[in-house]
Amino acid sequence: MSHNTIELATFRELQVNTGVEFVADLVDTFLQETPAILSDLRDASATQNVVRVRRAAHSLKSNGLAFGANALADLARSIEVGDPPFDTDLIDALEVEFARVAMALKELSHV
Amino acid sequence: MSESRARLLVAEDNKVSRLLLTRSLELQGYHVQSAENGQIALQMLSKEEFDLLLLDINMPVMGGFEVLEQLVKAGSLRNLPVIVTSALEDMTGVVRCIELGADDYIYKPVNPVLLKARVNSSLEKKRLRDQQRDLVRRFATAEVAQDMEKSGFALGGKRVNATVMFSDIRDFTSMCETQTPEETIELLNDYYMLMFDCINEQGGVVNSMIGDGLMAVFGAPLALLDSALCASCSALEMIETMEAFNVERALAGKAPILIGIGIATGEMIAGYTGTNTRATYTCLGNTVNLAARLEAHTKLAGYAILIEGETCAALRERLAVKALGPLVFKGKNAAVEVFALTGAGSILKRAK
Repeated sequence: MSHNTIELATFRELQVNTGVEFVADLVDTFLQETPAILSDLRDASATQNVVRVRRAAHSLKSNGLAFGANALADLARSIEVGDPPFDTDLIDALEVEFARVAMALKELSHV
Repeated sequence: MSESRARLLVAEDNKVSRLLLTRSLELQGYHVQSAENGQIALQMLSKEEFDLLLLDINMPVMGGFEVLEQLVKAGSLRNLPVIVTSALEDMTGVVRCIELGADDYIYKPVNPVLLKARVNSSLEKKRLRDQQRDLVRRFATAEVAQDMEKSGFALGGKRVNATVMFSDIRDFTSMCETQTPEETIELLNDYYMLMFDCINEQGGVVNSMIGDGLMAVFGAPLALLDSALCASCSALEMIETMEAFNVERALAGKAPILIGIGIATGEMIAGYTGTNTRATYTCLGNTVNLAARLEAHTKLAGYAILIEGETCAALRERLAVKALGPLVFKGKNAAVEVFALTGAGSILKRAK
């Protein structure tokens, strides 16, 4: 459901602050960029590259927070602070959550 | 910068963040450009003028810290405020950047209200720094202005060996009574302009102007080779300049302006005194007092330029002097050897 995956208050505030059209474009950018970041995250984790993993996780966290996708952000954060940050279960969960977030955002931004 | 919109550069590798930051700042009325890594940011900074840089610490290819290092090396940080953006977990990174010279920081996710406050604050600081720099330039030579900028106008002093000069217009007060206020100020400004030229040309720095009294230092804040000779040549030029000035005044039916100059060389304490809100560069100590007393004594002595022993010795007979004998100044124990600088041997006047 939308309001579990995306915190409405945050999303609406973003629209108010920066404009509905801008947010629609930003959502598109997010949906375009994220698959590549996720793939980078997987690769980096497989090759045990701590710096790359943390950077990718950090980006996902930042972007999640910007839209109010708090569950996504939390998962990303768990990976980021993980020691070591190579938890494939978390990455799986992240990808699942992203699919949910993508759907919710598409719905919300084209209202 | 006050009339046109401020120009900001956002360096951020995360595309969503970059777009969001750029948009927020544009909505606040700034002209914003962006770079996706440190290297591109540096390229853009070298090609165009920006008023502020928002710098993400964590970027691929070249990170925020490396960018700052490059900016420090290029001396750009003095005119470019930098706000670093970073994750809360990376406080050490932020601290490193501030130590290197970043102006301020803001944690991600960036709160738009906080961003606005920080950007405004940094831009205002820059505006004041620019204003300060322009004011300093008006009162000091370019070298001194640079020194002051580098030392950050820090309050505090140091002991230096230098030459100090006092100059005064004789009977100025009574002269004021016989002319209009406008004439008095015009006269003072003409006098200052002429004297400043003579002093600056020889590497001196005018410290203060109080009424018709002028104080200049040769050898501080920047060291000057042969400061005694520089000050002496300057004094001779000042007298010569006033003589030419007086010829013009006579033609206009005005009374001549006579000046007295006192010069002393030795140790003094120099530095910026005052408070953080109001300070001047000044020199203190016996040497300074002595120069002031010598100047006051010129009228009685009947010579325009008086110097003391150390200055005389430093001249090494390159300029003509006349020994006037020892003098005991009120409140001092030891007598001071006083000399009049008469200036024959003028081939060395243009020593610089």
